[in-house]
Amino acid sequence: MADLRELQQLLLDIDDQLATCMRCGMCQAVCPIYAETGREPLVARGKIALLEHLGHDMLRDVDGVKDRLETCLLCGACAANCPSGVKVLDIFIKARAAINTFKGLSPIQKLIFRGMLVHPDRFNALASLGSKFQDLFVKPASEMLGSSCSRIPLEALGGRHFPALAKRPLHADVPRLDTPAGTSGIRVAFFPGCLVDKLFPRVGHAVIKVLKHHGVGIFLPDHQACCGIPALSSGDLRSFNDLLDKNLGCFGRGEFDYLVTPCATCTATIKKFWPVFADSADAGRQAAVAAIAAKTLDINVFLTDILKVRPEGLSSHGRRKVTIHDPCHLKRSFGIAAQPRMVARLNPEVALVEMKDADVCCGCGGSFTLLHYDIAAKLGQHKRDHIVATGADTVATGCPACMLQITDMLSRSGDRVAVRHPVELYAEALE
Amino acid sequence: MLKPVLIEQFKAIAGASNVMDSEADRHCYAYDAAVLQPVVPALVVRPETTEVLGRVVKFCGDNGLPLTVRGSGTNLSGGTIPDPRDGIVVLTNALNRIIEINEDDMYAVVEPGVVTARFAAEVESRGLFYPPDPASLSVSTLGGNVAENAGGLRGLKYGVTKNYVMGVNFFDTTGEKIISGGRTVKCVTGLNLSALMVGSEGTLGVFSEIILKLVPPPAANQAMMVLFDDTAKASQAVADIIANRIVPCTLEFLDNFTIRTVEDYAKAGLPVDAQALLLIEVDGHPAQVADEAAQVETICKKSGATGVQLARSIEERDKVWAARRAALSALARLRPTTVLEDATVPRSQFPAMIRAVETIAAKYDLLIGSFGHAGDGNLHPTILTDRRDEKEYARVEAAVDEIFEVALGLGGTLSGEHGIGLAKSKWMEKETSRGTILYSRRLKKALDPKNILNPGKILGRE
Ligand SMILES: Cc1cc2nc3c(=O)[nH]c(=O)nc-3n(C[C@H](O)[C@H](O)[C@H](O)COP(=O)(O)OP(=O)(O)OC[C@H]3O[C@@H](n4cnc5c(N)ncnc54)[C@H](O)[C@@H]3O)c2cc1C
Ligand code: SF4
Ligand code: SF4
Repeated sequence: MADLRELQQLLLDIDDQLATCMRCGMCQAVCPIYAETGREPLVARGKIALLEHLGHDMLRDVDGVKDRLETCLLCGACAANCPSGVKVLDIFIKARAAINTFKGLSPIQKLIFRGMLVHPDRFNALASLGSKFQDLFVKPASEMLGSSCSRIPLEALGGRHFPALAKRPLHADVPRLDTPAGTSGIRVAFFPGCLVDKLFPRVGHAVIKVLKHHGVGIFLPDHQACCGIPALSSGDLRSFNDLLDKNLGCFGRGEFDYLVTPCATCTATIKKFWPVFADSADAGRQAAVAAIAAKTLDINVFLTDILKVRPEGLSSHGRRKVTIHDPCHLKRSFGIAAQPRMVARLNPEVALVEMKDADVCCGCGGSFTLLHYDIAAKLGQHKRDHIVATGADTVATGCPACMLQITDMLSRSGDRVAVRHPVELYAEALE
Repeated sequence: MLKPVLIEQFKAIAGASNVMDSEADRHCYAYDAAVLQPVVPALVVRPETTEVLGRVVKFCGDNGLPLTVRGSGTNLSGGTIPDPRDGIVVLTNALNRIIEINEDDMYAVVEPGVVTARFAAEVESRGLFYPPDPASLSVSTLGGNVAENAGGLRGLKYGVTKNYVMGVNFFDTTGEKIISGGRTVKCVTGLNLSALMVGSEGTLGVFSEIILKLVPPPAANQAMMVLFDDTAKASQAVADIIANRIVPCTLEFLDNFTIRTVEDYAKAGLPVDAQALLLIEVDGHPAQVADEAAQVETICKKSGATGVQLARSIEERDKVWAARRAALSALARLRPTTVLEDATVPRSQFPAMIRAVETIAAKYDLLIGSFGHAGDGNLHPTILTDRRDEKEYARVEAAVDEIFEVALGLGGTLSGEHGIGLAKSKWMEKETSRGTILYSRRLKKALDPKNILNPGKILGRE
C-alpha cells in the first residue's frame, strides 16, 4: 500500500481510542524518554497528537511520525499514569502496524521476522551457530557479568557490552518435559521465552529446579516460538500471528493449570497483547488465546500467590546485599512489585536494599536499544548509578530483557555487580 | 512559512539542536489541555539558559514574530496555542534550575521551567513548605503557575500562587531584563510589576527568574470525610465552619454523580447513595488541630451530615485524598472528551451554583459531574462529551455559556484558577466592563507595541 488515504483510514479506525486522550499532559511526569529529552513529540501526548493529525490529514510527513512513534520504550508508564485511561500501548502498536502496512517492513526486519523468528528451528540453528562463532568476533568484557564486547568496532553495536549467547541453550539441555502434578497438585506449562532460552538458560534451569522442589508438574513442549513482541512492536502483525499459531500448536492442547514464564515481557505480551492482536476471524482461536492469556502468570507471582511460598525473617538480614529493579512489564503493566522481592528473599542469605527509582525503565524496551542506543544508554546509565549507589553486590530483576540492558551498563562501567533473576537467587538456596 | 534565514538565526542563537522546525515536531506544540482547535507553530525554540531566552525574545521583538511561551502546556484555556501567523513557541522546560533555597529568610529563587512538584519536594526536604498545589503539579511549571495564578486544594487557608510571589524578573519585547520585587518581606521599590506579571498568561513579559515565599510546614493535620443526603446541607456545613472562624486548609466537594463514578472506577468504598461528600482537612499545631477537628465534626453533624469519618492513620488520610484525586480520572474515562470548567462564585452561592449546573445538564442533555473547592466557591463542572459529535458539542458550548451566565449572575467569576486564554476572552467584557478591556489593551499596547507577546490571549483580538 502506498496510498496515504488508506493509511489515514487505518488510523481513523483507531480514532475512538485516540480521541480519549484529553491532552492533559500528565504523561510528561513519568515518560523516561521525556525526562531525558524534554521533547513533546516523544511523550505519549505528542505521539497521539501526531497520529490524530496524520489520520485527519492535517499532516502528511509519515516518516516523521514513524520516527517519533518508534522513539518509545513501550514501557507503559504513560498508560499506567493516564487519568483518562488511554490505551496507549494498544494505540502505538496498532499505529505501528498501520504505518508498517503503508511503508512495508525494512529488508532487515523482513529477514529477522519472516526469515528467522517465525521458524523456531531455523532461529535455534542460527543461534547455536552464532554461539560457536561468536568468540571470533567478540571478546569477553567482564568475567563476573559474563558479558562480551565486539572485537571489531561494529557501527551497529556502538560499543555495547552484551551477554554472550549461551554455549548451550536451554532447549539443548531440556528439549521437553511432561511430568504430572506432584505434591502441590498443580501442573504448569513452562514458557521460557527466547532470551532465557538463548542468553540466560541458567534462569530456565532455576525455574525447573524450583518447580520440582515444590512438587509442581511441568509441561515444556518443544518447538516453542517467540512470544511475538519483536514483530508486534515493529508493526508486523502477520509474523506475530504466525508465531501465535505456532505457540497455540504447542500449548493449545496441553493440560495445565497455569502457564508460567520467567520473562516479564513474555508475560505482558501473552496476557495483554495476544488477546488484542490475535486475528479475530476465527472464534475458536480467539477463545484458545483468551484461555491461555488468563492462565499465564509471572513465575514470581506463581510462587508467592499460588504456591504461597513466603520468606521468613526480616528483609534486612542476610549478608548478601541485593537490590531489585522493577521491570516495566511487571510494575507498569500489572502493578507487580512485592512478589519478586519476596522471591529474592526466599534465599536466606539475601538482604534487600532499595535503589532510587527502582520502577523507572532501564532503557531497554526491546528493539528500542538497537534503534536509539544514545537515549537507551543514558537511561541505562541512571539505572546503573542507582544500582551502584546502593552498594549491593547483586541486582535482581524479573525480566531477561532488563537483565541484558543492565548487564551492558554495568559492564561498560566496569562494576562488579552480579545480575540475577529473583528465581535464580531462590534456586541457589535450594539443595 | 518562516523565512529560512530567520530559522538559521534562531539556530545561531539557541543552538541547532534546540530549534525544531520539522512538520512532525511542530505539530506537537499546537495544543494544550483546553478543548480547542490546534494551531501549528512555525518554529519551536528551547533555550537552555535565561540569557539565550532573552536573546530569543529580543529577536522575536526585532522581527515582529509572535511568541508564545510554553511551560508544560497543561493550562486549560488555550494559553499556549500559538499565533496562526508564523507563531514561535518558546519552551521553558530546559530552564529548570532551582537557583537558591534560603532557609533562614524563607524564600527561593527559581527558573521558570522548574516543575512544581519537584520544587515542593525540594523545599520540603529543607524543612519548609510551598503550599500552592494545583492538581497538575506533577507536571506543571512554576512559570506556568505564576502566569496563570494557579490555585489548588489548599487555597482556602494558604491562598494561591500570587500569595507566594515575592519577585519576578522578566524580559520585555526589546530583550531588556526587568527586575521587580525582591528577597525581602517588605519591598516597595517602584511599581509592583511582579503583581502585574501574575496571571498575565505570557502577554506582558517573559519570566526568567521567580522569587517565591516559603512558610514553615504545619506540625499536624487531620483529614475527614463527611457524607450528606442533600447538597444544600453540605453547603450549609461549609458556611457554618467558616462562620465559626475555622479555616480548614482544604474543603473539597464531590457531587453524587462524581461519587458514583469514582466508586465505579476506584472501588474505594464510597457511599454511592450520598448526595454530596465533603473532604476536609485542618492543619496546624497538634492541639489546635484536635480542637478544630472536633468542632468541624460537631458542626457537620448539626448541619445534618449523615456520617463523619475521621482519618485515623496516614493510610486512611491517603484514602480520603485518593477519592478526591480520582475524581477527574474517573469522570474523564466516561466519554472521549472532557471539558473541565472553572466557574467560581462567592462561597454562599455555592449551593445555587451546584443546582444551576444540575439544571443545565438536564436542559442540554449532557453528562456533567461537579467537584471542586467548596471553601473557595470554586466549582469544576466537568462535562463529559465527544468533541467529534458536532450536534452534541454545540450543546456543550451552549451549556458552558450558560454556566458563565449563571456564575456572573451570582456575583462570581468566569475562572477561579484556569485562566482566560483564548477560551474565555469573549466573556471578559461581560464580567468586567468595556472600559476595563480598553484600559488593559492600552496597557498591552504600551508595553508590547507590535503585539508579539502571546497575541489574542485574555484580551482577544481587536
Ligand atoms: C489535570 C489537570 C489538573 C489541573 N489542576 C489545576 C488546579 O488544580 N489548579 C489550577 O490553577 N490549575 C490547574 N490546571 C491548569 C494548569 O495545570 C495550570 O494552569 C498550570 O499553572 C499551567 O502550568 P504549565 O507549566 O503547564 O503552563 P503552560 O500551560 O505551558 O502555560 C500557561 C500560561 O503561562 C504562560 N507562561 C508559561 N511560562 C511562562 C514564562 N516563563 N513567562 C511568561 N509566561 C509564561 C504561557 O504562555 C501560558 O499562557 C490543571 C490542568 C490539568 C490538565
Ligand atoms: S496522560 Fe493520557 S490523556 Fe493525558 S495527555 Fe497523556 S495520554 Fe493523553
Ligand atoms: S510507553 Fe514509555 S517511552 Fe513510550 S511514550 Fe509511554 S512512557 Fe514514554
